[in-house]
Amino acid sequence: MSIQPVLLWSDLFIWLLVAAGVAGAWWSARQPLLAAAWARVGRSRPGMAAATLLAVFALVGLLDSLHYRPQLPAKEGEKPAYAIEVLSALDALLAPLRTRVEKTYSAPLATRAYAKEMLDIRQPDGSVVKQRDYPRLRHGGASLGDDEGRAGADIAGRALSALAVAALAWLALCAGAARRVAAGDGVAFDTAWRRLWRGDTAFAWNAVLATLGVVLAVAAMLAGLAAEYHVFGTDKVGQDVLYQVLKSVRTALVIGLVTTLVTLPLAVFLGIVAGYFRGWLDDLIQYLYTTLNSIPGVLLIAAAVLMMQVLIDTHPQWFATAAERADLRLLALCFILGLTSWTGLARLLRGEALKLRELEYVQAAQAFGVSDLRILGRHLLPNLMHIVIIALVMDFSGLVLAEAVLSYVGIGVDPTMISFGTMINNARMELGREPVVWWSLTAAFTFMFVLVLAANLLADAVRDAFDPRLA
Amino acid sequence: MLAYIVRRLLYAIPILIGVNLLTFALFFVVNTPDDMARMQLGVKRVTPEAIAKWKAERGYDKPLFVNTGAAAGGVVTETIFFEKSARMFAGDFGRAEDGRDIAREIRTRMVPSLAIALPTFVLGLFVTVSFALLLAFFRATPLDFWGVVLCVAMMSISGLFYIIGGQYLFAKVFRLVPISGFGDGADALRFLVLPVLIGIVSGIGSSTRWYRTIFLEEINKDYVRTARAKGLSETAVMFGHVLRNALIPILTGVVVVIPLLFMGSLLTESFFGIPGLGSYTIDAINAQDFAVVRAMVFIGSLLYIVGLILTDISYTLVDPRIRFE
Repeated sequence: MSIQPVLLWSDLFIWLLVAAGVAGAWWSARQPLLAAAWARVGRSRPGMAAATLLAVFALVGLLDSLHYRPQLPAKEGEKPAYAIEVLSALDALLAPLRTRVEKTYSAPLATRAYAKEMLDIRQPDGSVVKQRDYPRLRHGGASLGDDEGRAGADIAGRALSALAVAALAWLALCAGAARRVAAGDGVAFDTAWRRLWRGDTAFAWNAVLATLGVVLAVAAMLAGLAAEYHVFGTDKVGQDVLYQVLKSVRTALVIGLVTTLVTLPLAVFLGIVAGYFRGWLDDLIQYLYTTLNSIPGVLLIAAAVLMMQVLIDTHPQWFATAAERADLRLLALCFILGLTSWTGLARLLRGEALKLRELEYVQAAQAFGVSDLRILGRHLLPNLMHIVIIALVMDFSGLVLAEAVLSYVGIGVDPTMISFGTMINNARMELGREPVVWWSLTAAFTFMFVLVLAANLLADAVRDAFDPRLA
Repeated sequence: MLAYIVRRLLYAIPILIGVNLLTFALFFVVNTPDDMARMQLGVKRVTPEAIAKWKAERGYDKPLFVNTGAAAGGVVTETIFFEKSARMFAGDFGRAEDGRDIAREIRTRMVPSLAIALPTFVLGLFVTVSFALLLAFFRATPLDFWGVVLCVAMMSISGLFYIIGGQYLFAKVFRLVPISGFGDGADALRFLVLPVLIGIVSGIGSSTRWYRTIFLEEINKDYVRTARAKGLSETAVMFGHVLRNALIPILTGVVVVIPLLFMGSLLTESFFGIPGLGSYTIDAINAQDFAVVRAMVFIGSLLYIVGLILTDISYTLVDPRIRFE
């Protein structure tokens, strides 16, 4: 089956960010000060454990950013037609999860549905009796057949075999890391192995490997069980919650990362220009950010999003597919968040630029007749980089949390787009049911917590490494 | 001092004009009133007459900035900009979609908002400052370490979780308090306990960490070392010196949000069904009631500017080193 690749706008930004990240890494590796600071981050055990987790999330998000439209089954001799539905590489990987839809709610790992229904029970003598009972799920534990009592043993068996595979893979990874340490330090393998676990290495290998061990174990168990069961249950329309949670990761990453991509140039340029040139430019930029700042953030975002909604609703002809519309709405949300949140960083950079411009090396550059633009680029910007990097990592977690709140209020992402916010919003009324439908909320909150906690820990490590006041 | 305050007040005027221009541009230039009418009327009922009627009822049938067709004085005043924006400075916010006077609505809804926000703010400040002081007192001990870990974990939890989880646990499982609603007089207390408690808990993580850093910065200063060298006990140093001096940055950081307490908390109020300004705003957003949202933006920025001025004044009151010329 052939496919037609689709590049959504947010995909473009995501891959641009990846390219910028690679270029930034290459550039900072050649800057002795930045390289030293990153090496300090690499030594921090909580920081590296968090970075490992974030890398796993990023992998999921990137897989979900390769979009395509599958070909429809065509008749002989006709031009191939493509489905209107836009899928991603992650969808293809998770195809069983995506397509095996139940009727409605079912609990995690259940074999029967959550609500009773009128069922036709076939009696041994061939007659049919109507009876209210919990119907069997179409897909959850389908391979068990009528032997549902075996479910517990089946689940345990699957989980244990998955764990065994994960343990083998993890040991191989550990051996690989120890070989690298051995080659790097020029010592024997067993010495390197001991050093690695004592934490006696320049890079926090033990934290990375321990985190990877946990991640592998969880991922293997999820994968092993998801083949047969709905590990996190299903939601109101019977969709697998695990699938939704994994799809939410990309939305959170786009909100957290693309927003900074919008914020950064604005904040850096306006902040430095205001601090360096002073005078009327400074007054103007200060006026601009005081005005923006004085509007309470949620309200400004609400006003902007409302207007964007009207714009989208009155121009349906702009969007070819529903995915495209949801995607552009997501991007617009990023831009709105970015335009309302550059003020803090700009103010910080302005203050720092005011200080730097009075230093001797900048004055010397001015006396030599170096142009202002060159001074900004070569003398101010590199010395403000640490503030920019700290702000970048500090903002991420806040933005991920903000998405959930905004989506709850109704000014977040498109309701058709799967995100932590829409998941929570759809599931929050179900706590009133009896028995309680808790799995959707729990899954969304747990994944969001892990993502934000990892981002916060990494942000702390980066701040400790880059902040000159702490060094 | 008085001259300074007057100057700051004058400085607020261009900012308010800027805010007003910005929201006006957002609401009327990005989308024309026609678009809004279509949105409000829904797809089925859109006819040119219906749109014209909708606009005329709300006064949107005038030109944006300059009304060339009007009599001499009306060139500026008989425009959407003047009617919908300039009048806000006089406290006239017009009417909401349901026909109610927005200014009146705001005045009555202020009370429940404050009833939630004020106790949350005061008790929250007390709890977080005490907790931060405790961590700073036992700095570099396991208590401090695990306290910071707790803070980082707590600030990584979504605010929605605190509200949904708290409501489920205390109102549904334990049945200690009603799930939502609001009452008059002493009856209101029943409804207030849970939202205030949740408000305090959800703020502990980030505030405690922030205050702890302030305390630790203060502890490393020279005068603290001098105090210890004089032979003062650690307790006397902490409460007599560190706490008092650290209160300056804490207080000034906190004063700016006091006026915004009037605005209420969007999430808490809508989850608990409290008829305050926060839930008013959320309802307006969901109903796409542009007039209400615009009024709330205006009031919000006004209060923020008041907060900034109060911050500057509180600086001079608590810190004698600062003088305004």
